[in-house]
Amino acid sequence: MAVTETLTMNMGPQHPSTHGVLRLVLDLDGETVVKAVPHIGYLHTGMEKTMENEPYQQAITITDRMDYLSGMNNNLAYCLAVEKLLDLEIPERGQAIRVLMSELQRIASHLLWIGAHAMDIGAMSVFLYSFREREMILNFFEEICGARLTPAYIRVGGVALDLPDGVEEKIAKSIAVLADRLDEYWTLLDENPIWRDRTVGVGYLKADDALRLGVTGPRLRAAGVPYDLRRVKPYCGYEKYDFVVPVGDSGDIFDSYRVRMEEMRQSLRIIEQVLITMPDGPCNADNPKVVLPPKERVFSDMEALIHHFILVTRGFPVPPGEAYAAIESPKGELGFYVASDGSEKPYRVRVRPPSFYNLSALPFISEGSMVSDVVAVIGSLDIVLGEIDR
Amino acid sequence: MADTEQGTVTPPTSHLQAELTKLRSAHPDAVLDVEEAPERDMFWITVRPRSIAAVAKTLRDDRALDYKLLSDVTCIDRPEREKRFNVIYNFYSVTHNKRLFVRVWVGEGDAVPTVSGLYASADWAEREVMDLFGVTFEGHPDPRKIVLPDDFEGHPLRKDFPLVGKRPVILFNNIKDIT
Repeated sequence: MAVTETLTMNMGPQHPSTHGVLRLVLDLDGETVVKAVPHIGYLHTGMEKTMENEPYQQAITITDRMDYLSGMNNNLAYCLAVEKLLDLEIPERGQAIRVLMSELQRIASHLLWIGAHAMDIGAMSVFLYSFREREMILNFFEEICGARLTPAYIRVGGVALDLPDGVEEKIAKSIAVLADRLDEYWTLLDENPIWRDRTVGVGYLKADDALRLGVTGPRLRAAGVPYDLRRVKPYCGYEKYDFVVPVGDSGDIFDSYRVRMEEMRQSLRIIEQVLITMPDGPCNADNPKVVLPPKERVFSDMEALIHHFILVTRGFPVPPGEAYAAIESPKGELGFYVASDGSEKPYRVRVRPPSFYNLSALPFISEGSMVSDVVAVIGSLDIVLGEIDR
Repeated sequence: MADTEQGTVTPPTSHLQAELTKLRSAHPDAVLDVEEAPERDMFWITVRPRSIAAVAKTLRDDRALDYKLLSDVTCIDRPEREKRFNVIYNFYSVTHNKRLFVRVWVGEGDAVPTVSGLYASADWAEREVMDLFGVTFEGHPDPRKIVLPDDFEGHPLRKDFPLVGKRPVILFNNIKDIT
Protein backbone atom coordinates (compact mmCIF):
# COMPACT_ATOMS: atom_id res chain seq x y z
CA MET A 1 0.00 0.00 0.00
CA ALA A 2 1.29 3.40 -0.87
CA VAL A 3 2.08 5.69 2.00
CA THR A 4 -0.14 8.75 1.90
CA GLU A 5 1.01 12.00 3.28
CA THR A 6 -1.25 14.93 3.99
CA LEU A 7 -0.37 18.36 2.71
CA THR A 8 -1.20 21.37 4.85
CA MET A 9 -2.39 24.29 2.80
CA ASN A 10 -3.20 27.81 3.82
CA MET A 11 -6.24 29.39 2.18
CA GLY A 12 -6.59 33.06 2.87
CA PRO A 13 -6.66 35.40 4.72
CA GLN A 14 -6.46 37.33 1.46
CA HIS A 15 -8.29 35.09 -0.95
CA PRO A 16 -11.15 36.28 -3.14
CA SER A 17 -13.40 33.33 -2.36
CA THR A 18 -13.17 33.68 1.42
CA HIS A 19 -15.49 36.71 1.33
CA GLY A 20 -13.33 38.82 3.57
CA VAL A 21 -10.46 38.08 5.86
CA LEU A 22 -10.94 34.41 6.63
CA ARG A 23 -8.04 32.00 6.87
CA LEU A 24 -8.58 28.30 6.40
CA VAL A 25 -5.88 25.77 7.17
CA LEU A 26 -6.65 22.72 5.06
CA ASP A 27 -5.07 19.30 5.47
CA LEU A 28 -5.24 17.65 2.07
CA ASP A 29 -4.86 14.09 1.00
CA GLY A 30 -4.51 14.51 -2.73
CA GLU A 31 -7.46 16.72 -3.51
CA THR A 32 -9.58 15.50 -0.60
CA VAL A 33 -9.92 17.68 2.46
CA VAL A 34 -9.02 15.70 5.56
CA LYS A 35 -9.29 18.55 8.00
CA ALA A 36 -10.36 22.18 7.72
CA VAL A 37 -9.66 24.66 10.50
CA PRO A 38 -11.03 28.19 10.11
CA HIS A 39 -9.02 30.94 11.75
CA ILE A 40 -11.07 34.05 12.39
CA GLY A 41 -10.55 37.26 14.27
CA TYR A 42 -8.65 39.36 11.73
CA LEU A 43 -11.40 41.97 11.80
CA HIS A 44 -12.02 41.85 15.54
CA THR A 45 -12.28 45.43 16.75
CA GLY A 46 -14.22 44.93 19.96
CA MET A 47 -17.53 46.29 18.68
CA GLU A 48 -19.46 44.88 21.64
CA LYS A 49 -17.10 46.70 24.02
CA THR A 50 -17.42 49.89 22.00
CA MET A 51 -21.20 49.70 22.18
CA GLU A 52 -21.03 49.54 25.98
CA ASN A 53 -19.43 52.97 25.85
CA GLU A 54 -21.89 54.69 23.53
CA PRO A 55 -25.35 56.05 24.31
CA TYR A 56 -28.11 53.76 23.06
CA GLN A 57 -28.95 55.80 19.98
CA GLN A 58 -25.33 56.25 18.90
CA ALA A 59 -24.55 52.56 19.25
CA ILE A 60 -26.75 52.02 16.18
CA THR A 61 -23.94 53.28 13.97
CA ILE A 62 -21.80 50.37 15.16
CA THR A 63 -24.43 47.73 14.41
CA ASP A 64 -24.51 48.35 10.67
CA ARG A 65 -20.75 47.92 10.47
CA MET A 66 -21.06 44.32 11.65
CA ASP A 67 -22.94 42.76 8.76
CA TYR A 68 -22.16 45.53 6.32
CA LEU A 69 -24.22 43.86 3.59
CA SER A 70 -27.44 44.17 5.55
CA GLY A 71 -27.10 47.26 7.67
CA MET A 72 -30.83 47.87 7.91
CA ASN A 73 -31.43 44.44 9.41
CA ASN A 74 -28.74 44.97 12.03
CA ASN A 75 -30.20 48.37 12.95
CA LEU A 76 -33.60 46.77 13.27
CA ALA A 77 -32.54 43.88 15.51
CA TYR A 78 -30.72 46.18 17.91
CA CYS A 79 -33.57 48.69 18.03
CA LEU A 80 -36.11 45.95 18.72
CA ALA A 81 -34.06 44.76 21.70
CA VAL A 82 -33.80 48.26 23.16
CA GLU A 83 -37.49 48.91 22.48
CA LYS A 84 -38.34 45.74 24.41
CA LEU A 85 -36.56 47.22 27.42
CA LEU A 86 -38.29 50.58 26.95
CA ASP A 87 -41.73 49.05 26.23
CA LEU A 88 -42.06 51.33 23.21
CA GLU A 89 -44.90 50.96 20.74
CA ILE A 90 -43.97 51.85 17.18
CA PRO A 91 -46.77 53.32 15.02
CA GLU A 92 -47.98 51.32 12.03
CA ARG A 93 -46.28 53.51 9.46
CA GLY A 94 -42.95 53.14 11.23
CA GLN A 95 -43.38 49.37 11.28
CA ALA A 96 -44.28 49.26 7.59
CA ILE A 97 -41.22 51.35 6.68
CA ARG A 98 -39.05 49.00 8.72
CA VAL A 99 -40.44 45.97 6.90
CA LEU A 100 -39.94 47.72 3.55
CA MET A 101 -36.32 48.54 4.39
CA SER A 102 -35.42 45.12 5.72
CA GLU A 103 -36.93 43.35 2.72
CA LEU A 104 -35.13 45.65 0.27
CA GLN A 105 -31.96 44.97 2.23
CA ARG A 106 -32.59 41.22 2.09
CA ILE A 107 -32.80 41.38 -1.70
CA ALA A 108 -29.64 43.50 -1.89
CA SER A 109 -27.79 41.05 0.33
CA HIS A 110 -28.99 38.02 -1.59
CA LEU A 111 -28.06 39.70 -4.87
CA LEU A 112 -24.52 40.16 -3.64
CA TRP A 113 -24.53 36.55 -2.48
CA ILE A 114 -25.68 35.17 -5.85
CA GLY A 115 -23.09 37.25 -7.68
CA ALA A 116 -20.18 36.34 -5.44
CA HIS A 117 -21.22 32.70 -5.11
CA ALA A 118 -21.56 32.25 -8.86
CA MET A 119 -18.26 34.01 -9.47
CA ASP A 120 -16.48 31.73 -6.98
CA ILE A 121 -17.73 28.73 -8.90
CA GLY A 122 -16.80 30.25 -12.24
CA ALA A 123 -19.85 32.04 -13.62
CA MET A 124 -18.60 35.58 -13.93
CA SER A 125 -21.53 37.14 -15.74
CA VAL A 126 -24.07 36.77 -12.91
CA PHE A 127 -21.91 39.00 -10.75
CA LEU A 128 -22.10 41.86 -13.25
CA TYR A 129 -25.88 41.61 -13.55
CA SER A 130 -26.63 41.25 -9.86
CA PHE A 131 -24.52 44.25 -8.94
CA ARG A 132 -26.52 46.35 -11.39
CA GLU A 133 -29.74 45.49 -9.53
CA ARG A 134 -28.13 45.88 -6.12
CA GLU A 135 -27.11 49.36 -7.20
CA MET A 136 -30.77 50.13 -7.82
CA ILE A 137 -31.68 49.22 -4.23
CA LEU A 138 -28.71 51.06 -2.76
CA ASN A 139 -29.80 54.14 -4.71
CA PHE A 140 -33.15 53.97 -2.93
CA PHE A 141 -31.36 53.82 0.41
CA GLU A 142 -29.32 56.83 -0.60
CA GLU A 143 -32.44 58.72 -1.52
CA ILE A 144 -34.22 57.76 1.70
CA CYS A 145 -31.49 58.25 4.28
CA GLY A 146 -28.38 59.51 2.51
CA ALA A 147 -26.26 56.43 3.06
CA ARG A 148 -25.86 53.31 0.99
CA LEU A 149 -24.01 50.75 3.04
CA THR A 150 -24.19 51.88 6.66
CA PRO A 151 -27.56 53.59 6.87
CA ALA A 152 -28.26 53.89 10.65
CA TYR A 153 -31.77 54.68 9.40
CA ILE A 154 -33.82 52.58 11.79
CA ARG A 155 -33.61 54.21 15.21
CA VAL A 156 -34.83 53.38 18.68
CA GLY A 157 -38.42 54.61 18.59
CA GLY A 158 -38.94 54.46 14.85
CA VAL A 159 -36.92 55.61 11.89
CA ALA A 160 -34.64 58.59 11.29
CA LEU A 161 -36.82 60.30 8.67
CA ASP A 162 -40.11 59.67 6.95
CA LEU A 163 -39.90 58.44 3.34
CA PRO A 164 -39.26 61.26 0.86
CA ASP A 165 -42.04 62.12 -1.61
CA GLY A 166 -42.30 59.89 -4.63
CA VAL A 167 -39.93 57.19 -3.49
CA GLU A 168 -42.73 54.67 -2.94
CA GLU A 169 -43.78 54.95 -6.60
CA LYS A 170 -40.18 54.48 -7.69
CA ILE A 171 -39.81 51.36 -5.57
CA ALA A 172 -43.11 50.01 -6.92
CA LYS A 173 -41.85 50.50 -10.47
CA SER A 174 -38.48 48.89 -9.81
CA ILE A 175 -39.81 45.74 -8.15
CA ALA A 176 -41.51 44.84 -11.42
CA VAL A 177 -38.11 45.20 -13.10
CA LEU A 178 -36.47 43.16 -10.34
CA ALA A 179 -38.93 40.31 -10.76
CA ASP A 180 -37.97 40.08 -14.45
CA ARG A 181 -34.30 40.19 -13.64
CA LEU A 182 -34.64 37.39 -11.07
CA ASP A 183 -36.11 35.22 -13.82
CA GLU A 184 -33.06 36.11 -15.88
CA TYR A 185 -30.70 34.80 -13.19
CA TRP A 186 -32.85 31.74 -12.96
CA THR A 187 -32.26 31.01 -16.66
CA LEU A 188 -28.56 31.77 -16.29
CA LEU A 189 -28.03 29.29 -13.48
CA ASP A 190 -30.84 26.86 -12.87
CA GLU A 191 -30.37 24.71 -15.98
CA ASN A 192 -26.71 25.51 -16.36
CA PRO A 193 -24.87 22.14 -16.39
CA ILE A 194 -21.68 23.54 -14.86
CA TRP A 195 -23.61 25.22 -12.07
CA ARG A 196 -25.49 22.02 -11.41
CA ASP A 197 -22.32 19.92 -11.43
CA ARG A 198 -20.75 22.20 -8.86
CA THR A 199 -23.76 22.43 -6.54
CA VAL A 200 -26.10 19.45 -6.83
CA GLY A 201 -25.18 16.81 -4.26
CA VAL A 202 -22.31 18.91 -2.90
CA GLY A 203 -21.96 20.19 0.65
CA TYR A 204 -24.79 18.28 2.29
CA LEU A 205 -26.03 19.59 5.62
CA LYS A 206 -28.90 17.63 7.12
CA ALA A 207 -31.48 19.13 9.45
CA ASP A 208 -30.23 17.43 12.63
CA ASP A 209 -26.65 18.45 11.99
CA ALA A 210 -27.64 21.98 11.08
CA LEU A 211 -29.51 22.41 14.36
CA ARG A 212 -26.71 20.82 16.34
CA LEU A 213 -24.19 23.18 14.74
CA GLY A 214 -26.38 26.23 15.30
CA VAL A 215 -26.80 26.90 11.58
CA THR A 216 -29.81 29.12 10.83
CA GLY A 217 -31.16 30.94 7.82
CA PRO A 218 -31.32 29.63 4.25
CA ARG A 219 -28.92 26.76 4.91
CA LEU A 220 -31.20 25.41 7.67
CA ARG A 221 -34.33 25.92 5.55
CA ALA A 222 -32.62 24.16 2.64
CA ALA A 223 -32.40 21.13 4.95
CA GLY A 224 -36.16 21.21 5.41
CA VAL A 225 -36.62 23.04 8.72
CA PRO A 226 -39.08 25.92 8.21
CA TYR A 227 -37.40 28.10 10.84
CA ASP A 228 -37.97 31.66 9.71
CA LEU A 229 -38.34 34.18 12.52
CA ARG A 230 -40.60 36.35 10.38
CA ARG A 231 -43.07 33.50 10.53
CA VAL A 232 -42.49 31.77 13.89
CA LYS A 233 -41.96 34.88 16.02
CA PRO A 234 -43.26 37.78 13.93
CA TYR A 235 -41.92 41.27 14.59
CA CYS A 236 -42.81 44.63 13.01
CA GLY A 237 -46.15 43.26 11.83
CA TYR A 238 -44.85 40.50 9.55
CA GLU A 239 -47.92 38.45 10.47
CA LYS A 240 -49.99 40.84 8.31
CA TYR A 241 -48.20 40.00 5.09
CA ASP A 242 -48.76 36.98 2.94
CA PHE A 243 -45.55 35.15 2.06
CA VAL A 244 -44.23 31.63 1.79
CA VAL A 245 -41.23 30.31 3.69
CA PRO A 246 -39.38 28.29 1.04
CA VAL A 247 -37.76 25.06 2.24
CA GLY A 248 -35.59 22.51 0.51
CA ASP A 249 -35.28 18.83 1.26
CA SER A 250 -31.80 17.46 0.61
CA GLY A 251 -29.76 20.27 2.19
CA ASP A 252 -27.13 20.55 -0.51
CA ILE A 253 -25.78 23.74 -2.02
CA PHE A 254 -28.25 23.68 -4.89
CA ASP A 255 -31.14 23.61 -2.43
CA SER A 256 -29.77 26.57 -0.53
CA TYR A 257 -29.46 28.41 -3.84
CA ARG A 258 -33.09 27.67 -4.70
CA VAL A 259 -34.24 28.71 -1.22
CA ARG A 260 -32.50 32.06 -1.52
CA MET A 261 -33.80 32.67 -5.04
CA GLU A 262 -37.33 31.99 -3.86
CA GLU A 263 -36.79 34.20 -0.82
CA MET A 264 -36.02 37.13 -3.08
CA ARG A 265 -39.32 36.57 -4.90
CA GLN A 266 -41.16 36.39 -1.60
CA SER A 267 -39.44 39.60 -0.49
CA LEU A 268 -40.74 41.27 -3.62
CA ARG A 269 -44.22 40.07 -2.72
CA ILE A 270 -43.90 41.50 0.79
CA ILE A 271 -42.65 44.82 -0.59
CA GLU A 272 -45.62 44.95 -2.95
CA GLN A 273 -48.04 44.40 -0.07
CA VAL A 274 -46.27 46.95 2.13
CA LEU A 275 -46.51 49.60 -0.59
CA ILE A 276 -50.21 48.93 -1.14
CA THR A 277 -51.10 48.97 2.56
CA MET A 278 -48.65 51.70 3.63
CA PRO A 279 -50.53 53.51 6.42
CA ASP A 280 -50.44 57.26 6.93
CA GLY A 281 -49.55 58.94 10.16
CA PRO A 282 -46.42 59.35 12.23
CA CYS A 283 -43.53 56.97 11.81
CA ASN A 284 -41.98 57.52 15.22
CA ALA A 285 -43.21 56.56 18.67
CA ASP A 286 -44.92 59.34 20.60
CA ASN A 287 -42.33 59.54 23.33
CA PRO A 288 -40.37 62.81 23.50
CA LYS A 289 -38.02 61.33 26.10
CA VAL A 290 -36.64 58.92 23.51
CA VAL A 291 -37.42 60.19 20.01
CA LEU A 292 -35.86 63.39 18.68
CA PRO A 293 -38.46 66.11 18.03
CA PRO A 294 -38.97 67.27 14.41
CA LYS A 295 -36.49 69.94 13.36
CA GLU A 296 -39.13 72.61 12.69
CA ARG A 297 -40.38 72.30 16.26
CA VAL A 298 -36.85 72.53 17.65
CA PHE A 299 -36.52 75.98 16.03
CA SER A 300 -39.84 77.27 17.31
CA ASP A 301 -40.67 75.45 20.53
CA MET A 302 -38.71 75.77 23.77
CA GLU A 303 -39.61 72.32 25.09
CA ALA A 304 -38.68 70.62 21.85
CA LEU A 305 -35.33 72.42 22.00
CA ILE A 306 -34.74 71.14 25.54
CA HIS A 307 -35.63 67.59 24.55
CA HIS A 308 -33.38 67.80 21.53
CA PHE A 309 -30.51 69.10 23.64
CA ILE A 310 -30.88 66.45 26.34
CA LEU A 311 -31.24 63.60 23.84
CA VAL A 312 -28.21 64.66 21.83
CA THR A 313 -25.88 65.45 24.73
CA ARG A 314 -26.90 62.80 27.23
CA GLY A 315 -29.11 60.24 25.55
CA PHE A 316 -32.04 58.57 27.27
CA PRO A 317 -31.94 56.21 30.25
CA VAL A 318 -33.29 52.70 29.76
CA PRO A 319 -34.92 50.81 32.66
CA PRO A 320 -32.73 48.05 34.13
CA GLY A 321 -33.27 44.60 32.74
CA GLU A 322 -32.24 42.27 29.98
CA ALA A 323 -33.91 41.67 26.65
CA TYR A 324 -33.22 39.62 23.58
CA ALA A 325 -34.65 40.39 20.18
CA ALA A 326 -34.00 38.26 17.14
CA ILE A 327 -34.89 38.90 13.51
CA GLU A 328 -34.50 36.91 10.33
CA SER A 329 -31.56 38.59 8.65
CA PRO A 330 -30.52 37.46 5.16
CA LYS A 331 -27.94 35.21 6.83
CA GLY A 332 -30.10 33.70 9.55
CA GLU A 333 -31.13 34.42 13.10
CA LEU A 334 -29.62 37.76 14.07
CA GLY A 335 -30.16 38.50 17.74
CA PHE A 336 -29.16 41.23 20.14
CA TYR A 337 -29.05 40.54 23.87
CA VAL A 338 -29.04 43.93 25.57
CA ALA A 339 -28.52 44.30 29.32
CA SER A 340 -29.24 47.67 30.88
CA ASP A 341 -28.30 48.99 34.31
CA GLY A 342 -30.60 52.00 34.10
CA SER A 343 -28.07 54.42 32.65
CA GLU A 344 -27.86 56.04 29.21
CA LYS A 345 -25.40 53.47 27.90
CA PRO A 346 -25.98 49.73 27.51
CA TYR A 347 -24.33 47.65 30.22
CA ARG A 348 -23.68 44.84 27.79
CA VAL A 349 -24.65 44.19 24.19
CA ARG A 350 -24.24 40.71 22.85
CA VAL A 351 -24.76 40.04 19.17
CA ARG A 352 -25.87 36.61 18.08
CA PRO A 353 -24.19 36.69 14.67
CA PRO A 354 -25.68 34.20 12.21
CA SER A 355 -22.51 34.04 10.11
CA PHE A 356 -20.42 33.05 13.14
CA TYR A 357 -22.41 29.90 13.71
CA ASN A 358 -22.85 29.20 10.01
CA LEU A 359 -19.09 29.35 9.51
CA SER A 360 -18.50 27.02 12.46
CA ALA A 361 -20.27 24.35 10.41
CA LEU A 362 -17.72 24.65 7.59
CA PRO A 363 -15.32 21.93 8.84
CA PHE A 364 -18.23 19.53 9.28
CA ILE A 365 -19.59 20.17 5.78
CA SER A 366 -16.33 20.25 3.85
CA GLU A 367 -14.27 17.51 5.51
CA GLY A 368 -14.13 14.60 3.14
CA SER A 369 -15.01 16.65 0.07
CA MET A 370 -12.80 18.04 -2.68
CA VAL A 371 -10.79 21.17 -2.11
CA SER A 372 -12.63 22.98 -4.88
CA ASP A 373 -15.93 22.26 -3.12
CA VAL A 374 -14.74 24.18 -0.08
CA VAL A 375 -15.05 27.33 -2.17
CA ALA A 376 -18.60 26.38 -3.12
CA VAL A 377 -19.48 25.64 0.52
CA ILE A 378 -18.14 28.99 1.73
CA GLY A 379 -20.21 30.68 -0.95
CA SER A 380 -23.35 28.83 0.06
CA LEU A 381 -22.92 29.72 3.74
CA ASP A 382 -23.03 33.42 2.76
CA ILE A 383 -20.71 34.64 5.49
CA VAL A 384 -19.70 38.18 6.29
CA LEU A 385 -16.50 38.40 8.27
CA GLY A 386 -17.31 41.77 9.75
CA GLU A 387 -20.10 40.11 11.64
CA ILE A 388 -18.11 37.01 12.62
CA ASP A 389 -15.21 38.90 14.16
CA ARG A 390 -17.01 42.03 15.35
CA MET B 1 -32.24 39.95 39.41
CA ALA B 2 -31.54 36.34 40.22
CA ASP B 3 -29.44 35.48 43.20
CA THR B 4 -27.45 32.33 43.49
CA GLU B 5 -28.47 31.70 47.11
CA GLN B 6 -30.63 28.62 47.23
CA GLY B 7 -34.02 28.32 48.86
CA THR B 8 -35.76 31.15 47.00
CA VAL B 9 -37.33 29.12 44.22
CA THR B 10 -40.55 30.63 42.91
CA PRO B 11 -43.49 28.30 42.29
CA PRO B 12 -43.81 26.99 38.75
CA THR B 13 -45.96 29.00 36.39
CA SER B 14 -47.77 28.15 33.20
CA HIS B 15 -45.08 29.27 30.74
CA LEU B 16 -42.26 27.16 32.11
CA GLN B 17 -44.33 24.44 33.74
CA ALA B 18 -43.08 21.64 31.52
CA GLU B 19 -39.43 22.67 31.76
CA LEU B 20 -39.44 23.07 35.52
CA THR B 21 -41.28 19.83 36.22
CA LYS B 22 -38.89 17.84 34.07
CA LEU B 23 -35.77 19.54 35.35
CA ARG B 24 -36.77 19.27 39.01
CA SER B 25 -37.59 15.59 38.75
CA ALA B 26 -34.41 14.76 36.82
CA HIS B 27 -32.04 17.06 38.73
CA PRO B 28 -33.58 17.92 42.11
CA ASP B 29 -31.04 20.52 43.24
CA ALA B 30 -30.10 22.04 39.87
CA VAL B 31 -32.64 24.85 39.49
CA LEU B 32 -31.93 27.88 41.67
CA ASP B 33 -34.20 30.57 40.36
CA VAL B 34 -36.80 31.38 37.71
CA GLU B 35 -37.49 34.77 36.10
CA GLU B 36 -40.27 35.46 33.64
CA ALA B 37 -41.22 38.36 31.43
CA PRO B 38 -43.97 36.94 29.17
CA GLU B 39 -44.77 40.36 27.67
CA ARG B 40 -41.22 40.45 26.29
CA ASP B 41 -41.12 36.72 25.52
CA MET B 42 -38.20 36.30 27.89
CA PHE B 43 -37.79 33.37 30.30
CA TRP B 44 -34.76 32.61 32.40
CA ILE B 45 -33.87 29.64 34.57
CA THR B 46 -30.82 29.91 36.84
CA VAL B 47 -29.06 26.63 37.48
CA ARG B 48 -26.02 25.46 39.40
CA PRO B 49 -22.84 25.66 37.29
CA ARG B 50 -21.95 22.01 37.78
CA SER B 51 -25.36 20.82 36.58
CA ILE B 52 -25.45 22.80 33.32
CA ALA B 53 -24.41 19.85 31.14
CA ALA B 54 -27.04 17.59 32.71
CA VAL B 55 -29.69 20.29 32.38
CA ALA B 56 -28.77 20.86 28.74
CA LYS B 57 -29.03 17.14 28.07
CA THR B 58 -32.53 17.00 29.57
CA LEU B 59 -33.61 20.07 27.61
CA ARG B 60 -32.33 18.57 24.39
CA ASP B 61 -33.38 14.95 24.72
CA ASP B 62 -36.77 15.12 26.44
CA ARG B 63 -39.41 14.91 23.72
CA ALA B 64 -41.76 17.23 25.59
CA LEU B 65 -39.08 19.96 25.73
CA ASP B 66 -37.06 19.34 22.55
CA TYR B 67 -34.64 22.27 22.74
CA LYS B 68 -32.64 21.13 19.74
CA LEU B 69 -30.96 24.44 18.96
CA LEU B 70 -28.48 26.11 21.28
CA SER B 71 -28.72 29.47 19.63
CA ASP B 72 -26.06 31.32 21.57
CA VAL B 73 -23.80 31.28 24.60
CA THR B 74 -22.81 34.61 26.05
CA CYS B 75 -21.67 36.18 29.28
CA ILE B 76 -22.22 39.33 31.31
CA ASP B 77 -19.59 40.55 33.72
CA ARG B 78 -20.87 42.02 37.01
CA PRO B 79 -17.70 42.64 39.03
CA GLU B 80 -19.57 43.89 42.10
CA ARG B 81 -20.86 40.37 42.77
CA GLU B 82 -18.98 37.62 44.46
CA LYS B 83 -19.64 35.36 41.48
CA ARG B 84 -19.09 37.92 38.79
CA PHE B 85 -19.69 36.08 35.53
CA ASN B 86 -23.20 35.37 34.35
CA VAL B 87 -23.01 32.87 31.52
CA ILE B 88 -26.25 32.81 29.53
CA TYR B 89 -27.32 29.93 27.29
CA ASN B 90 -29.94 30.70 24.68
CA PHE B 91 -31.95 27.57 23.89
CA TYR B 92 -34.59 27.40 21.20
CA SER B 93 -37.09 24.64 20.49
CA VAL B 94 -38.09 24.53 16.83
CA THR B 95 -41.00 22.15 17.40
CA HIS B 96 -42.55 24.12 20.28
CA ASN B 97 -41.38 27.56 19.08
CA LYS B 98 -40.09 28.46 22.54
CA ARG B 99 -36.99 30.28 23.63
CA LEU B 100 -35.40 29.67 27.01
CA PHE B 101 -32.43 31.35 28.64
CA VAL B 102 -30.44 29.37 31.17
CA ARG B 103 -28.18 31.32 33.50
CA VAL B 104 -25.15 30.20 35.38
CA TRP B 105 -23.22 32.35 37.87
CA VAL B 106 -19.53 31.65 38.32
CA GLY B 107 -16.70 33.44 40.10
CA GLU B 108 -13.24 34.18 38.79
CA GLY B 109 -11.27 30.97 38.39
CA ASP B 110 -14.34 28.73 38.58
CA ALA B 111 -14.98 26.39 35.70
CA VAL B 112 -18.24 25.63 33.92
CA PRO B 113 -18.68 22.16 32.40
CA THR B 114 -18.75 22.44 28.62
CA VAL B 115 -21.89 21.62 26.66
CA SER B 116 -20.02 21.36 23.36
CA GLY B 117 -20.33 17.58 23.52
CA LEU B 118 -24.11 17.97 23.40
CA TYR B 119 -24.40 20.99 21.13
CA ALA B 120 -21.71 21.52 18.50
CA SER B 121 -22.72 25.18 18.30
CA ALA B 122 -21.33 25.68 21.82
CA ASP B 123 -17.83 24.93 20.57
CA TRP B 124 -17.05 28.33 19.07
CA ALA B 125 -19.41 30.21 21.37
CA GLU B 126 -17.66 28.91 24.49
CA ARG B 127 -14.29 29.64 22.95
CA GLU B 128 -15.38 33.22 22.43
CA VAL B 129 -16.54 33.56 26.05
CA MET B 130 -13.26 32.04 27.20
CA ASP B 131 -11.34 34.45 25.03
CA LEU B 132 -13.18 37.66 25.87
CA PHE B 133 -14.17 37.01 29.52
CA GLY B 134 -11.71 34.43 30.81
CA VAL B 135 -14.39 32.00 31.97
CA THR B 136 -13.05 28.45 31.79
CA PHE B 137 -15.17 25.73 30.23
CA GLU B 138 -14.09 22.42 31.68
CA GLY B 139 -13.64 19.62 29.19
CA HIS B 140 -13.75 21.82 26.09
CA PRO B 141 -12.13 19.89 23.26
CA ASP B 142 -10.38 22.87 21.66
CA PRO B 143 -9.82 25.71 24.17
CA ARG B 144 -7.77 27.95 21.88
CA LYS B 145 -8.29 31.68 21.53
CA ILE B 146 -10.72 32.49 18.76
CA VAL B 147 -10.96 36.20 17.98
CA LEU B 148 -8.02 37.74 19.80
CA PRO B 149 -4.37 37.49 18.73
CA ASP B 150 -2.53 34.59 20.34
CA ASP B 151 -0.27 36.81 22.41
CA PHE B 152 -3.04 39.10 23.67
CA GLU B 153 -3.11 39.39 27.44
CA GLY B 154 -6.31 39.99 29.35
CA HIS B 155 -9.98 39.61 28.59
CA PRO B 156 -11.35 42.76 26.97
CA LEU B 157 -15.07 42.35 27.66
CA ARG B 158 -14.50 42.35 31.42
CA LYS B 159 -15.65 45.58 32.97
CA ASP B 160 -12.23 46.28 34.53
CA PHE B 161 -10.49 46.14 31.14
CA PRO B 162 -9.93 49.70 29.86
CA LEU B 163 -11.62 50.64 26.60
CA VAL B 164 -8.34 51.77 25.01
CA GLY B 165 -6.57 48.53 25.95
CA LYS B 166 -3.62 47.94 28.20
CA ARG B 167 -0.82 48.19 25.67
CA PRO B 168 -0.49 48.55 21.91
CA VAL B 169 -1.10 45.24 20.17
CA ILE B 170 1.70 43.94 18.00
CA LEU B 171 0.45 41.17 15.77
CA PHE B 172 3.00 38.47 14.96
CA ASN B 173 6.35 39.24 16.55
CA ASN B 174 8.27 36.84 14.37
CA ILE B 175 7.74 34.60 11.40
CA LYS B 176 7.27 31.48 13.56
CA ASP B 177 4.08 32.88 15.07
CA ILE B 178 2.36 32.93 11.71
CA THR B 179 2.58 29.23 11.00
